[in-house]
Amino acid sequence: MGKRVALEASIAAAEAVKMVDCDFVSAYPITPQTHIPEMISEMVANGELNAACLTVESEHSAMSSCLGAAATGCRTFTATAGQGLELMHEAVWIASAHRYPIVMAVCNRAMSAPLSVWGDHSDVMSVRDVGWIQIFTNNAQEVFDLTVWAFRCGEDPRVLLPVMVNLDGFTLSHVTESLLLPDEKEVKEFLPPLQLPNALHPDKPTTHGAFGLPNIYSEMRIAQEIHLRKSKEFIIETLNEFGDKFGRYYKPVETYKAEGKKTLLMTMGSFSETAKIIIDELEAAGESVGLVYPRLWRPFPFEELYAAVKDADNLIVFDRSISYGGQGGPLASEVKSALYGKEKAPKVASIVGGLGGRDVSVEQFRQIIEKGKEIAENGSEELYETVGIRGTVSGIRG
Amino acid sequence: MAKELTWEDISRGGIIDEPGNFKVNRTGDWRTLRPEVDREKCNSCGLCWLHCPDGAIDVKEDKFEINYYYCKGCGICVKMCAKKCITLVEEEE
Repeated sequence: MGKRVALEASIAAAEAVKMVDCDFVSAYPITPQTHIPEMISEMVANGELNAACLTVESEHSAMSSCLGAAATGCRTFTATAGQGLELMHEAVWIASAHRYPIVMAVCNRAMSAPLSVWGDHSDVMSVRDVGWIQIFTNNAQEVFDLTVWAFRCGEDPRVLLPVMVNLDGFTLSHVTESLLLPDEKEVKEFLPPLQLPNALHPDKPTTHGAFGLPNIYSEMRIAQEIHLRKSKEFIIETLNEFGDKFGRYYKPVETYKAEGKKTLLMTMGSFSETAKIIIDELEAAGESVGLVYPRLWRPFPFEELYAAVKDADNLIVFDRSISYGGQGGPLASEVKSALYGKEKAPKVASIVGGLGGRDVSVEQFRQIIEKGKEIAENGSEELYETVGIRGTVSGIRG
Repeated sequence: MAKELTWEDISRGGIIDEPGNFKVNRTGDWRTLRPEVDREKCNSCGLCWLHCPDGAIDVKEDKFEINYYYCKGCGICVKMCAKKCITLVEEEE
């Protein structure tokens, strides 16, 4: 039946990689790397995990070697963060285009400059459009569960796509929490062996990564786009399967005390846990405020998101990164466009904060809700507003 | 060939599961310079055949013939020919 343990979220991810009996792990072993591959290399050295563990000279090589390993049909994992994700950027596109079910943990961190290793969502937002399944976690239990699930979902013959498991840098990746670890046997039952069609093998030669002339490129890209969108139904199916097996159910869009509430706050990642505290406090004070936190970022859960917010008057979207010179918060931008043209939709207020490891306290979430309500009700000339920034932030106009 | 494929026809990840499809896909059609052999001077030594990086020179009854289906017009045979009997001419069409 498993056991309750206290583990750092990074170690929980490593435990998941061990339990799924991963065959190949490749990672750059220095900053901005986290404890995930460090722990995995220890497991391999101790003989607890029978995998090839490659430490390479850059994240570009980490992802490139994962591509090669995945092409042979073996179970493949890597982890990175911040600048590392950017350095592997061009290879990340190939994983999804070749439909290799690589699983990657991304401990979300800010981008340079100024040099920062602290947390925000700038790294993952710059790989938003690469065609991976992208999911966010809020705590160590979810990191473990959704890493196991990521292999199950990505390797499903109806899906065959790489999966990115996002966990906030430091505020989650380096935090020790209590979680329930299942028995390895249960995990093995949940995850059948990987059968990659057309994997590289000397007995049956195949060509991976052929040239795509203009007369075929568009069709290949549309095929990838359609399969990624279609994967949502299998994402939901496998999340439910995980729930049936382990008793913890996850949804593309989660809600917390959101039903029938006039004002909704929207967050993504571990800050959602902080936001829950203020929702509880405001509920106790008799205010009509709830929380919606999308878990699935790509493919974007349009229907589920609309169902979760449509009855509210105000929706306050909190972002931890900026699309410079554009709409501002990437989540708010996505949500606004998803609601565009709907007859019944809440008014959206966009607020940005928590950049580069800046904390957003419970008290600041109270301010975010107050400010957001005011913006949603009365409108604002600003495209978005900020929280916790010193000085007057204004003139952010469309 | 490839022009006819719809997105539904494309294999997962664009993987080609039939090796050797160059047999049906013409690979020499981007050539802009065409090597032509002066048969009067050629003594069938085979240096061109040895050096062609694309294997685009066929051996036919002790004679070496350029296979224009695959030749990309790189001109290595022209440089290597001891008898200087191969010249590059511009493709007109």
